[in-house]
Amino acid sequence: MTNAVTPAPAMAKAESGSALSFYGIWLLAAAALVVLPLVFSSGGSLTSFSLIGISIIFALSYNILLGQTGLLSFGHAVQYGLGGFLAVHAMNAVASHNWPIPLPVIPLMGGIGGMAFALLVGWVMTKRAGTVFAMISLGIGELVASSSLILRSVFGGESGITTDRTSLMPLFGWTFGPQIQVYYLIAFWVMISAIAMYALTRTPLGRICNAVRDNPERVEFIGYDPHVVRYLAYMFAGFFAGIAGGLTAINFEIANSAYLGATQSGLVLFSAFIGGTAYFFGPILGAILVTYLQLGLTSVTSVWQLYFGIIFIGIVMFAPGGIAGILMKHRPLIRAGTLSAVIPSYLVAAIPTLAFALGIILTIETVARFSGGDPINLLGIPFVAAAPTTWAAAAVLVVGGFLVARITWRRIAEAWDRAATVARDRGYLA
Amino acid sequence: MTAAIQVNAVEKSFGNVSIIRDLNLSVAKGERHAIIGPNGAGKSTTFNLISGYIKPTSGEIRLNGEVTSGLRPFEINRRGLSRSFQVTNVFARMTVWENVRCAVLWATGHRYAFWKNVDNLPEVKQRTAQILDDIHLTHRRDVPAGLLTYAEQRELEIGITIAGGASVIMLDEPTAGMSHAETERAVALIRRLTEGRTLVIVEHDMSVVFGLADRISVLVYGHIIASGTPEEIRGNPKVKEAYLGEEVD
Ligand SMILES: Nc1ncnc2c1ncn2[C@@H]1O[C@H](COP(=O)(O)OP(=O)(O)O)[C@@H](O)[C@H]1O
Ligand SMILES: [Mg+2]
Repeated sequence: MTNAVTPAPAMAKAESGSALSFYGIWLLAAAALVVLPLVFSSGGSLTSFSLIGISIIFALSYNILLGQTGLLSFGHAVQYGLGGFLAVHAMNAVASHNWPIPLPVIPLMGGIGGMAFALLVGWVMTKRAGTVFAMISLGIGELVASSSLILRSVFGGESGITTDRTSLMPLFGWTFGPQIQVYYLIAFWVMISAIAMYALTRTPLGRICNAVRDNPERVEFIGYDPHVVRYLAYMFAGFFAGIAGGLTAINFEIANSAYLGATQSGLVLFSAFIGGTAYFFGPILGAILVTYLQLGLTSVTSVWQLYFGIIFIGIVMFAPGGIAGILMKHRPLIRAGTLSAVIPSYLVAAIPTLAFALGIILTIETVARFSGGDPINLLGIPFVAAAPTTWAAAAVLVVGGFLVARITWRRIAEAWDRAATVARDRGYLA
Repeated sequence: MTAAIQVNAVEKSFGNVSIIRDLNLSVAKGERHAIIGPNGAGKSTTFNLISGYIKPTSGEIRLNGEVTSGLRPFEINRRGLSRSFQVTNVFARMTVWENVRCAVLWATGHRYAFWKNVDNLPEVKQRTAQILDDIHLTHRRDVPAGLLTYAEQRELEIGITIAGGASVIMLDEPTAGMSHAETERAVALIRRLTEGRTLVIVEHDMSVVFGLADRISVLVYGHIIASGTPEEIRGNPKVKEAYLGEEVD
């Protein structure tokens, strides 16, 4: 540890500017949310932005469990869905009684719904972490999802329960009929929720959650009951998941049993994990990417879930820190000024890696569409699944791409080692 | 005066293997008490029993007069007892600063607060900085605990243990695996930080034990065969025979 002393001044310098850049980032995010629909104003992009916003809240709420407290839940959609149902019932009640409650308050009802459920089942669920918690969360998820089909009066059976978001009192002339108004309502809640969840990580409870994640046994010897910590984390996660569910209910004007199900629970796990659970912003990136892919892929391929699976496996195997982990790995290099040493190796690797990826896609689509379907459109080139030329092209891309890409990947690793060594010598932990 | 720690006729068996047999131990307030004994004698198990990590099969343990056998570790900790672990047991992904700060939070009354900014608590900040200074890890404050050297992790282990300001401190082989110089530094640290508190320490280095302890208990096969001042222990023939042998002379 001869270089142990050197990082201190460098970090102190970084800290003094951090308050400014900290508020800067939030302001920038708020500005981006305001401006986004002005730049991309088509109906399609408004819908996408709305869904992405909701997924961001949902994924961040999931990370209160996974990233912050070390709880792997397979049933997080339960709180999300119940929040959605409660929001729909609240909207219908408000509308039929003409209560003077405007729509933007409704997501709060969703949050209360999610939290109330967590309050109810959470104490038993969070007694243990690890596999026990994961299994119980799966069980509760299945239980609630199947009950939702049976308890028709509450959940509306297969068809769900509908509502009309414009039937509530308008706010400053906004009826929330047009999608743009719904988008801004969602954007507002994204900001509020993200700030609140970030603030939560900076509280005594938030820090003790991290301690419970790292070492629940030792936590007991510094005065804390890890069970209580997990329970509180579970309630907060439920609250924000419920807000996301409430926003979904507003967005689609319906809540149905699909909101509560395993698919939804899987998607949020997927988003948080792909984005990276070790950093607060990781799940935001994951939510954006996954929602965008989901919307984009479903229209071009019938086997989009297969691609999700491949991406997920790839991340688990090669980048367990997710996108945020990959990005943050570069921070010491940027600080030490050695990033430029690795960029060329990325550019060189990009071409064969892309060829390899295209080969995989072509192979998958060939199999998927072999017994009929539209021709495969890859970078504007049509391929017919049944044609041997397509098979040959796929084989060449996969095999050739992989062989060349493997060499370039090794180059990246070498360039990385050199750059990281230099960064370490300059006192930046890499 | 009530003893800081009072262990009365405690037995502990794992399955049908009896590990602790009729354990009686009394540690006065403000005393520095060393527990010595061969490997496998049950010293760590004794720590586990007193700190609530495991429950006695029978018998009773009191902390400052109050019965604590049967309580959970955090309940015992809140009553003023803090222990370290023989095998380093820290929060690996959190920084050194955060490790110590977490250990300060309950004692400073912040508990499960989710409405306070943890970076904005002057008392917590000041105490954490003080502890880091005490354990000589200020220059490593932003390093994840998992990346510390072995000796640094041992010091952090002590720091976490004392951070809450408990009146009874139990250290399980704090200097194990340290070099001679590191041991000396650690002992000076322990002496200073436990000033005015009750200390129970498991230690193998006899020069450390005899230099530091007011009283010594000798544990052999889960039973305390002798308890007394360093002089009494040095002169005790049973101890000589069972454990110390040539080392003391
Ligand atoms: N949880 C346990 N289950 C079974 N046996 C245990 C357990 N903990 C300790 N032991 C046994 O108890 C004996 C005493 O262990 P320990 O207290 O760690 O000894 P010391 O700290 O004095 O070296 C050892 O033989 C050990 O194997
Ligand atoms: Mg031991």
